[in-house]
Amino acid sequence: MTWIPEVASNLATKVDGVLWVITLMSLVFFVLITVLLVYFAIKYRRRREDEETPYITGNEPLEIIWTVIPSILLILLFIYGFVVFKDMKTPPEDALEVSVLGKQWLWTFEYYNGKKTLNELYVQQNRPVRMVMRADDVLHSFFVPAFRVKQDLVPGRYTQLWFTPTKIGTFDIFCAEYCGTGHSAMLGKVIVLSPEAYGIWEKGIEVDDGGAVAGLPPAELGEKIYKEKGCNACHSIDGTTLVGPTFKGIWGREEEMQDGSTVTVDENYIRESILEPQTQVVKGYQPVMPSFKGILSDDDITALIAYMKTLN
Amino acid sequence: MANHSIAHNVYVPYLEKKGILSWLLSTDHKRIGIMYLVSISFFFLVAGVIALLMRLELLTPAADFVQPHTYNVLFTLHGSLMVFFFVVPGLAASFGNFLIPLMIGAPDVAFPKLNLGSYWIYLLGTLIVLLALMKPADTGWTYYTPYSATTDTDVVLITLGVFVLGFSSILTGLNFIVTIHKMRAPGMTWHRLPLFIWASYATAVLQLLATPVVGITLLLLIAERTLGVGFFDPAKGGDPILFQNFFWFYSHPAVYIMIIPAMGVISEIIPVFARKPIFGYKAIAYSSLGIAFISFLVWAHHMFTSGISSLAATIFSFLTFLVAIPTAIKVFNWTATLYKGSIHLHSSMLYALGFIFLFTIGGLTGLFLGALAADIHLHDTYFVVAHMHYVMIGGTVMGFFGALHFWYPKWFGKMFNEMVAKIAWFLVFVGFNVTFFPQFFLGVQGMPRRYATYPAEFESLMSLSTYGSWILGLGVLIMTVNLIAGLFNGEKAPQNPYNSLSLEWQVPSPPPHENFDEIPHVTDWTYGYGKKKEPEA
Repeated sequence: MTWIPEVASNLATKVDGVLWVITLMSLVFFVLITVLLVYFAIKYRRRREDEETPYITGNEPLEIIWTVIPSILLILLFIYGFVVFKDMKTPPEDALEVSVLGKQWLWTFEYYNGKKTLNELYVQQNRPVRMVMRADDVLHSFFVPAFRVKQDLVPGRYTQLWFTPTKIGTFDIFCAEYCGTGHSAMLGKVIVLSPEAYGIWEKGIEVDDGGAVAGLPPAELGEKIYKEKGCNACHSIDGTTLVGPTFKGIWGREEEMQDGSTVTVDENYIRESILEPQTQVVKGYQPVMPSFKGILSDDDITALIAYMKTLN
Repeated sequence: MANHSIAHNVYVPYLEKKGILSWLLSTDHKRIGIMYLVSISFFFLVAGVIALLMRLELLTPAADFVQPHTYNVLFTLHGSLMVFFFVVPGLAASFGNFLIPLMIGAPDVAFPKLNLGSYWIYLLGTLIVLLALMKPADTGWTYYTPYSATTDTDVVLITLGVFVLGFSSILTGLNFIVTIHKMRAPGMTWHRLPLFIWASYATAVLQLLATPVVGITLLLLIAERTLGVGFFDPAKGGDPILFQNFFWFYSHPAVYIMIIPAMGVISEIIPVFARKPIFGYKAIAYSSLGIAFISFLVWAHHMFTSGISSLAATIFSFLTFLVAIPTAIKVFNWTATLYKGSIHLHSSMLYALGFIFLFTIGGLTGLFLGALAADIHLHDTYFVVAHMHYVMIGGTVMGFFGALHFWYPKWFGKMFNEMVAKIAWFLVFVGFNVTFFPQFFLGVQGMPRRYATYPAEFESLMSLSTYGSWILGLGVLIMTVNLIAGLFNGEKAPQNPYNSLSLEWQVPSPPPHENFDEIPHVTDWTYGYGKKKEPEA
């Protein structure tokens, strides 16, 4: 078990500095109070009912000391917290911009070159990123513990945060502002690439999915897409009802639509539901699914269909 | 003050009349206090059971006990019941009602019928919330828009219930303010008042000034849902963050509505069991008012990551640190009161010491959340969950349990089993720490709150927290059984079992109908312990 999460951004070290200073200061006061409480409770425990006690009602110098010292310490803490906060709120001019859209219950990232990813944010090591964020429906909050950054996404306005990733690897993105049924499934990953790898990714070749993924059998690739693109936030595979219909036994099922008609789930229905989700909504569910046009390729959809077939 | 109705030298305990109507129509502040005590205790236990169910779901990472939607409903109910039905009315309405007239030497509160009316309003609010259980809300107790405006669960009824409860709170506050101003016995000057009265006074001011704001906020939310007004809807020119500003403008002071009475309780228990005057009486008395005042100026520290301006965040961070100063002063004063005392570890004293220990942790971890940079990382994680429970359970609930054990003989004229009470205290204390201390680490590691499922890396700490909740639950169960058993099998309580100097112990247990045979003349403050032996020190 680690005490603090990985340090993977320039801001993380600074925030940890504040955390450690407050921890040390708190420990001093906590130990002081606890030791005094226990010591007094033992040393002055009542031995006889008629014990004499002194009539002490206060002590002005003491009270002034324990008002002034904490006050000074608190002001210093405030200043330290503020100085780091100022850094966190001031992105460098040359930061790379990424647009983020939070939506129940997935993240969409759009890059300067028109690329769009879902639940996976690709950034380059040691290159500052400025995220411009908005929400489509309700409040969400973009939180990367390893970077020590967090910012709410608010419908009707843009919010921003920035960081410079310092460590190559994959880090969790959590939604930290409660946003409804799928809140705890609104997970993403930040993938920090080396400058070389990022260059390749920018040009359009899938880095991590490269040869290994292309070689996967369709059903396995489909399972991977199901988990990574956030399908699992709304569609279960074990029969439980989440926001959308379960995928368990979905293949060939007769579904009743909002308008009362019935549709048999086949390749075309699945494809249409992924690309134009609002056209044929299953009865009893809200038309909340976003379109995956431009996010999932035809090959991806074929793989997903293959995966769904295995769930019967 | 006219006291013609007092029956001289005829001792009729206030508990004597039987029958449900003798309760529901009683204007006796002590009976109303008991009705509040029973009601809030019921909601505390219900909300506690819900908490155990939530912890059970969180034992493992997957949603294997309840589905996410059900989990979301559970934490909404847990928060709403605990905050609005237990801790806010909690000590203020139950112990405030019972103790304020007794402690200041008055026969009742200033407006006894209004007092009964406040309780009926509380009942009405609870009935409305029961109706809301048909399709319970899944918004969290903060009812943040836009989610609360769009979810298809029943947000209107539960917020309407809370809205109605607000009136109960306002009227109780009003009643207490007038009572404390106008009904003090001759000689009971402001600087002779017990500190519980000072705390109740500060609380009442908060109730009177802050509660209307949450009332209006919830009405606006109801208008938003039913009429589509658009106060908080950006599509209609509204602002979702406005709701948060309104909400916390009440709900932050509300934290102090909860904790200040508990601080008052601690200030009563410690001198009695240490046989010492409270250390720094005026500092404690005025710091209650200071906390109440500053608490109106710190609400936006719940919103550092919400999208408010950096300047606003900075100002609110500074003001938040200010509130720590009077709080720290109180902790030092309580500790100093023990110095050279004659300390008896009665169960209520154990709760008082537990209060100081846990509340110190709650207060110090508040510094992390007040400091801007640290808050950004910790906000909306389990760190906040832990901090809030250390303040609210470690503070308010420990104060409540301490008050229950301390004034139990006076309320009911019976004694409970002290040994069992100590065992229960131990389980509560250990269980509480095992439940909530790991959550600080979870929060620092990034585990967000309100997650029905969670990544596997958090499992060991999450299950530890769940095991702790079982110990805590067992402790509360034993405590409850012990206190109820005392009502039936307990020994008869003496008038003043702890040799306390304050006025409520100078009348029989349980007290007679109008408290005092004759309105007492007060000639000294409440905390003159140790005085006879050493007059000037």
